[in-house]
Amino acid sequence: MSEGKQAKIFITCLVDFLFPSVGRAMVKVLRHYGVELEFPSGQTCCGQPAFNAGFQGQAREVALHFLDLFEDSEAVVSPSGSCVAMVKEYYPGLFSEDEELKSRFDELASRTWEFSQYLTEVLGVSDFPGSSDGSLTWHDCCHSLRGLGIEEGPRKLLHSLEGADFRELEDSKECCGFGGLFSVKFDEISSEMLKNKLACIEKSGADCLVATDCSCLMHMAGGLEKAGSEVRTRHLAEVLAGALDEKAAGSQEESLP
Amino acid sequence: MKVRSDQFSRLSSEALQDEFLREALARANASFQDARGDAIDSMPDWEELRQQAHEIKNRAIENLPEALEAFEENICSRGGEVHYCEDGAAARDTILSIIRSHDGTSVTKSKSMVTEEIALNDHLEEAGLSVLEGDLGEYIIQLAGEHPSHIIAPAIHKSREEVAELFHEHLGSDPKADIPELTRVAQRTLREAFLGADIGISGANFVVSETGTIVLVENEGNIRMSTTIPRVHIALVGIEKVVPRMEDLALLLRLLCRSATGQRVTSYISFISSARTPAEGDGPEKLHVVFLDAGRSRLWADPEQRAALNCIRCGACLNFCPVYGSVGGHSYGWVYPGPIGSVITPHYVGIEKASQLPQASSLCGRCAEVCPVKIPLPDMLLGLRAKAVEAGSAGLVERFSMRVYSLLARSPRLWRFALACGRPVYKLAARAGLASLLGGPLRRWSRTRSLPLPREQGFRSWWRTEKKRGDADG
Repeated sequence: MSEGKQAKIFITCLVDFLFPSVGRAMVKVLRHYGVELEFPSGQTCCGQPAFNAGFQGQAREVALHFLDLFEDSEAVVSPSGSCVAMVKEYYPGLFSEDEELKSRFDELASRTWEFSQYLTEVLGVSDFPGSSDGSLTWHDCCHSLRGLGIEEGPRKLLHSLEGADFRELEDSKECCGFGGLFSVKFDEISSEMLKNKLACIEKSGADCLVATDCSCLMHMAGGLEKAGSEVRTRHLAEVLAGALDEKAAGSQEESLP
Repeated sequence: MKVRSDQFSRLSSEALQDEFLREALARANASFQDARGDAIDSMPDWEELRQQAHEIKNRAIENLPEALEAFEENICSRGGEVHYCEDGAAARDTILSIIRSHDGTSVTKSKSMVTEEIALNDHLEEAGLSVLEGDLGEYIIQLAGEHPSHIIAPAIHKSREEVAELFHEHLGSDPKADIPELTRVAQRTLREAFLGADIGISGANFVVSETGTIVLVENEGNIRMSTTIPRVHIALVGIEKVVPRMEDLALLLRLLCRSATGQRVTSYISFISSARTPAEGDGPEKLHVVFLDAGRSRLWADPEQRAALNCIRCGACLNFCPVYGSVGGHSYGWVYPGPIGSVITPHYVGIEKASQLPQASSLCGRCAEVCPVKIPLPDMLLGLRAKAVEAGSAGLVERFSMRVYSLLARSPRLWRFALACGRPVYKLAARAGLASLLGGPLRRWSRTRSLPLPREQGFRSWWRTEKKRGDADG
């Protein structure tokens, strides 16, 4: 099914700097499906900080750098819905006055995938092998959900894990309050939104909160930790990579006499 | 109305301290959301209808000048009179001189956001007229000397107890009255005022150009009263309210009612095409339509932002906005709160007076998702942020840091160097809890959130090691 598939991974600045385990987990899962991966070492950031703050000139420069690195790829895969939304939704619009560049960005956008999307829509995975302990709940990150339409795919994957106790999160589509610089420019409002989100997470009774965007996860994890909560946070890739580990451990045990 | 939108930070900060307000907002938003949800669940073709409405409004706004002319011709042919006003001051003066020309002294007003925009009540009262709000919510806040905090539910920020107290003070009713009793008290007072008023002022939800008709949507009946009983009816209308065909209206009304209150249809929808005709038993003797520009044609001339004029004022973007839901309508500092307010306020009052509003959003996109005419509100907020930067309103520090950021982000070596240097500094700050002492963004972050600690080597180094190992194995 995924024989001969190739992809360049865009790891994102946040994962590189703060959450490398998410990147490693994504690599593990994609390799499990035989995808040949390349990591263009010149990669930096998607340009969202500048774009969201209104600095479109700077965002354009960063976008051009991204195009340079990723244009000649079969697919671009990234473990972040908001960075992928930047590439797919906003890059082309930044070059609306240059037809040639715009069409190159449109083309790039059509080959750029958020990790869970690539897994379910390109590789066609719906049943994920392996198992998971404990109870999981899912937060719909705004850009993944409303920007990229990711809703059912990750839920299916989590449901398919053996032993997984999946619990829907109340108001799972409600923003966690991160919003990049919004979280520090309007920290009180952001914190109020976070408070509502944390209450829903606690109410779900799940041991682990899963999502597909490290920025939102960082925000909710920070809030949970500050509040002294026991709930852990995991990126979807980490949960899936963990499930593969469990499976490997299980089959080893089975093969023992 | 006085603009305080540049004080959004302070106003929202105060609002967040108001426990009652937060409860009221949570309750109101939950019930608005549920009602809308139920109403559209019964419409499997909702998305398709939104798309149609989007196209209808786009076309209507595109052909605005022609549509206004057609409306004028049609309504004037039946004796209506049309006035165009460039700004609030002109509209206030026009309305006052219309009232004077009819020797009016007492005015009843039906709910209208556009009259809030031009602070009409104050102006008329200063001129010695008596003005009474006919909508229950508007009446409550008129007594309280406040302004609406929501487009369709102006007194949503007031509790029953506050209203009972207010009515007790002004109308002598029981200070412990319940809601049905309060409604009866208001009804008695307002009914008398309607019967005695000589001027009725309304807004308009739509005006239809092919027939020259003003369309008004309501539940209480106060609009029907103030457009029927007084001798003169004056409708103050934003120029963007015009739609070309009656046929378009059928769809827009379906979407408006469901998106606003979750109703299939409201209790009253009035279609007014003229003053009383000889065949009619009641209605006003004279009908005036005052069109207000006040920033709208400036917005119309901006192709990227023009879609904001498509708004049909249902309030759904407020009801679903987590920012509005946290801070309430008064924090936005002018007439229109929530996402649509953050987009149009800078255009109507000047970006320099409302520069915080486009920033005050996490860009979660819920507003665009529920907007019945598909206004891309987050994209428009981004557009306004870009305009502000172009106009040079960003601070020196922000401009400098964005320059540095983009330089680093397109120079991989510098980027890696900066990350390598930043890592130990950040780690030290995060680990030692220095963040709260350092001030600035890190401090603001760490008041309610722990800072993440990078515990291991970066992904990049891992990949390099991994690759070397792979190459050696191969």
